[in-house]
Amino acid sequence: MATTVVIDYGMGNLRSVSKALEHVSEGSRIEITSDPGRVRQADRVVLPGVGALRDCMTELARLELIPAIRDVLRTRPFLGICLGMQALLDFSDENDGTPGLGVIAGAVKRFGDATNAAGARLKVPHMGWSPVDQVGTHPLWKDIATGSRFYFVHSYYVVPDDTRDVAATTGYGETFASALARDNIFAVQFHPEKSQQAGLTLLANFLRWNGSCR
Amino acid sequence: MTLATRIIPCLDVDKGRVVKGVRFVGIRDAGDPVEIARRYDEQGADELVFLDITASHEDRDTMIHIVEAVASQVFIPLTVGGGIRSVEDIRRMLRAGADKVAINTAAVSNPEFVRQAAQRFGSQCIVVAVDAKKVSAPGAPDRWEIFTHGGRHSTGIEAIAWAQRMAAYGAGEILLTSMDRDGTRDGFDIALNRAVADAVPVPLIASGGVGTLDHLVAGATLGHADAVLAASIFHYGEYTVQDAKRHMAAHGIEVRL
Repeated sequence: MATTVVIDYGMGNLRSVSKALEHVSEGSRIEITSDPGRVRQADRVVLPGVGALRDCMTELARLELIPAIRDVLRTRPFLGICLGMQALLDFSDENDGTPGLGVIAGAVKRFGDATNAAGARLKVPHMGWSPVDQVGTHPLWKDIATGSRFYFVHSYYVVPDDTRDVAATTGYGETFASALARDNIFAVQFHPEKSQQAGLTLLANFLRWNGSCR
Repeated sequence: MTLATRIIPCLDVDKGRVVKGVRFVGIRDAGDPVEIARRYDEQGADELVFLDITASHEDRDTMIHIVEAVASQVFIPLTVGGGIRSVEDIRRMLRAGADKVAINTAAVSNPEFVRQAAQRFGSQCIVVAVDAKKVSAPGAPDRWEIFTHGGRHSTGIEAIAWAQRMAAYGAGEILLTSMDRDGTRDGFDIALNRAVADAVPVPLIASGGVGTLDHLVAGATLGHADAVLAASIFHYGEYTVQDAKRHMAAHGIEVRL
């Protein structure tokens, strides 16, 4: 039976991620683990997370999860959520500079003094339901209309160097990459586990995904 | 299209049941929290807030079970408030499946608690609930002060500066309730909402007084709220969340339909 692991590094509400995956799992196994061996054996891997990237990287290193994550990032269908997306980039501005895993070239930046069309300063964090405009096609977008709203809560956003890595964009003051895709890796800034039907569909698509982009 | 104004049904939970009082008297039973949460989710609620209005430890455990049951069936953000006083209280609620906790009285008695909570769990899950009441005389410049213990204790703390301080300490969101309007169905205290919404850099949820769908519109447009919270108009089937969203959309407000 196929096993999907949700990596537990002590941060964020991974229980919501596993509950949502279980809801759409059709009997396949969902396991929460912080054991690098279990991560390496998994058929699919989810890296969730909320909070600060520095704490995330520190905890991943302390639990000796980083080599296992690098291995599965090369070979297995992989889904990064929120902080689990930001961790894939080279570098974040958070805490005066925090290095990430460097799997996808680019940086993580903070929403600055962005304003809306009326000139009012935008609230940070960006919290709530925003439209996600898909870029190209991808198996994880199956049965999800482009422009569907997903739930976001974040103060930082990713800026990949190569625009070919962008799988969706969202506007909040500026237009940012709300999803990234490369080979067997898919990553989202929003929370599919909290995005009702659209989010559940994306998670179900992930559980059926073979890791190819077509 | 941009960020949608959120519509948030609020469930006041007492001894495992959803209740709603008018000015804290005449509490009426509105039903089973899990069933009601599912109904609001189906109607398109953007988030749910559960306020535990009982104080005993026994009932705290009831609340944990409710959150667990809701979180395994409803996949939208869940906020739990009422009696959150320690890092351990927060940990338990998040582990049960809550996404955010609302801190009220404990923030007033120990503001550093908010800072600690935000550092430990992240600002995204720390909501500070502010219960404000107008204290200025008619004709005098507006002044609101915050109250604790469900509106029974006066603190003398000015509400706008307090909300700013809580955001600076790491609150990711402010849940602002007008004690003058709560349960009255007379509409939000628009001046209060606007003053706080414009003063804080984080999102503001307006609460207290919703009796009609036009009140929700006013909260978003005149009150500058990022989200509007209501209880009784949804509990007794007067309006669905979908009705509220259609009405707001008809008034040019961006909502998730």
